[in-house]
This record gives sequence, structure tokens and C-alpha cells, in this order.
Amino acid sequence: MNGIHDMGGMDGFGPVEPEQNEPTFHEAWEGRILAIQRSLVYGGAWHIDSSRFALESLPPQTYLRSTYYQRWVHAIENNLIANGYVSRDELQSGHAVTVTPPLKRKLTPDIVRAGLTRASFYRQEQASRLFRPGDRVRTKNIHPITHTRLPRYARDKVGTIESCHGCHLYPDSVAKGAGDDPQWLYTVVFEGRELWGENADPTIRVSIDAFQPYLELADDRL
Amino acid sequence: MKTHDDHDHGSDLSPMQLRVKAIETILTEKGYVDPETLDTIIDAYETKIGPRNGARVVVRAWLDRAFKAALLEDASKAVASLGYLSRVGDHLIAVENTSKQHNLVVCTLCSCYPWEMLGLPPTWYKSAPYRSRAVKHPRSVLAEFNVYLPGDVKIRVWDSTAETRYLVIPMRPLGTEGWNEDQLLSLVTRDSMIGTGLALNSGDRNS
Repeated sequence: MNGIHDMGGMDGFGPVEPEQNEPTFHEAWEGRILAIQRSLVYGGAWHIDSSRFALESLPPQTYLRSTYYQRWVHAIENNLIANGYVSRDELQSGHAVTVTPPLKRKLTPDIVRAGLTRASFYRQEQASRLFRPGDRVRTKNIHPITHTRLPRYARDKVGTIESCHGCHLYPDSVAKGAGDDPQWLYTVVFEGRELWGENADPTIRVSIDAFQPYLELADDRL
Repeated sequence: MKTHDDHDHGSDLSPMQLRVKAIETILTEKGYVDPETLDTIIDAYETKIGPRNGARVVVRAWLDRAFKAALLEDASKAVASLGYLSRVGDHLIAVENTSKQHNLVVCTLCSCYPWEMLGLPPTWYKSAPYRSRAVKHPRSVLAEFNVYLPGDVKIRVWDSTAETRYLVIPMRPLGTEGWNEDQLLSLVTRDSMIGTGLALNSGDRNS
């Protein structure tokens, strides 16, 4: 979706302001919500891409006004309700009153270490690999209203395949509940001027990691 | 503490604590989460999973040419071979800074970051200014971190748009020949492994 989260290339947000000796969490509840999110995803409540889509779906005003972990609170509440794990009334009252489906598994203290290791996103290929390193490709001009990992600044741009990372589950499908739908994943590198025009810094190149359905062979003869 | 959005919107703070408490209570009552597990996760991120993990990988790459080659070939596999680190998930990619190319990592769409190597990302990494500008004006972003690269150094920005995770191997500072692992570790900052910093100079080690 063309949401506020898709910020690459926007102007006006001001300078980056690093905080010296920043604590891991600024407030105790930030750690709690992070740990709750980790537990729920481990339990199979929803996929990480559904978490991302819930964040992207927040109204832009809310997204920009909220801190990072405030966004997580909003998104988790929305996902808990949307997936039928918690009702709005329960969130209001602060206690469980309805019986809801169990999770596939539960993260317990003895397995936290393993539970915090990232899962593999590799999946068995379903289609043949179309591109090789060195191929010139054009990203498609797509504007789905659902989750996608092709940022706006890199749509309809010509770049070069640099590497292939194998076949991964496809976030665009996963976030729609359409299954893993595995797709080949490539690093595609663009010249700064292709993305930002003639006045761009000629010494910069930017890459994205792009799934095969985002790409087509470029016709450089045009 | 520097200005944080919480402080700009202080009225949100207490309601947020209440909301998270309500979520935790409901999910605990339903058996979905376990408060002791939450404590353990928080403790892991506060005390165990941090940039020292990544720094050990960087230093090993500086000291061991074969390890560096293996790291650049398949970082998940190479890091797993070190043993003393906790398991690392798949899809870790190491990119090396040289005198010709500087690498900078961003996630414009959300906050993707190599947690197992660097811990949780700092607030600035997740902020709109960094996410919006790193891909378009990387040199001005670097200047905000007091990093000024020669004009002929190419900048490569890696936008983490999939489950691949990037670790920058900063250049080893001059004047560190013969240094041991612990001495070198003190030069590797978190930001140097994101690309918004350089490894510290040999003279800055104790500062």
C-alpha cells in the first residue's frame, strides 16, 4: 500500500538526531510490548508481515504522531481483534472474558534463546528463476492497496541484478493470508541518478531486495 | 535524556502503560503469553543481545583473512562457525567497506536490522529523518554523524526490503597492527556496523 511508512526519498522530516547512550527501552512498557509481539509471532498468532501491514495501515496522522513502540501497541491491538484472539470489550475491560482459539505453541522461559533466533524464510521454489547477476531489469509500476515490499521510490526504475538470495516466502501474499507463495529474491542495484534524477549525487548507488514478481527484463533499446 | 516523542506527548504515557498492562493481562489469562517469558526476553535484549556480537565478527574478519572470505560468501554460515555466539538466523549478509566504497544500511519501509548481531535498533534508525533521507542524501545523513568521506569514495546504500539483514564490516583503522582481539573490539562501534560511523581511530580507544 502507498502508506506513510514508505518514506524513502521524502523531504521535510529534518535532521537525524542520534541519542547518546540510548537505553534499550525508554519506558518499561516498551520492553513488555516487544516481548509480547515476539511471543505472539512465535506462537503463530500471525506472521511478521501481518505485523508490518498492521503498522502500515495505521492512519498516517497516528503513524507520525506515535513513537515506534506506540505504533506497535496500536498494531498489536488491531491484529489481536482482526484475528479473533481478543475482543474490543476485553481490551476495554482489561480482562479475558471470551474463549478464543489456542496458539500453535507457547514461548516459555527455557526456550527463549531458541525462540529469539530468526526463522528461515527460505522456501521450495515454485517457479523457475528468471534473472542472473548482470541482467538489466525494470521494476514494475505496481500500486497494490495491500502489503508490498517494493518501495515507491524504486518502482518503474531500471537497475542491475547483483545477486540472488534463493527462494523466499513472499510477503505480498503472506500478508493477504494467501500462503507462502515462494518467490526468487534478488538484490537489485540502481544508480542514484536513475532514482533521483540528473542532479543526484553521481557517487551513490542504492539497492533493494526485490522479489521476482516485482521485476521484468529491461529493454535498454528504448 | 534527549527529546523523545514520549516527552512531546506526555499525556500519552500513562494511557500507554495502562494499555500494555491490559494487553499483557488478557493474553496471560488466555494462556497466550507468559509474564516470566516476557521478563526473560526483555533481559536478553537489555543485557545479552547487543553490538558486541557484531563487533566480534568484525574483529575476527580483520584478523583472519579466510574467515573474512567466508563471511562475505555466506555470513550466516560463517558466524555460526564461530560457536561462541548464540545461533544466528539465516539471511545475514556482510558487506565490506573499502577505500573505494562505503556501505550504509537502512530500512525505508519499517525497521529491519540485524538484531542478533547488533541488538535492537536505536531510535534514530527507525525514525522518519533517517529512513527518508538515507537513500537519497546519504552524504548529508553521514555528516549528521560527523562522518565525512572523500568525494571520490562511492556510497552504496542497502535498503533492507526483505528478510536479508546487513552487517557492515568497517575498515580496520591504521596503526592497529599487532593488536589483539580485545584491543580491536574496543574500536568497533555499533554505528560503524550500520555504516553511519567508522571504526574508532587507534588513539581514541580509551576515550
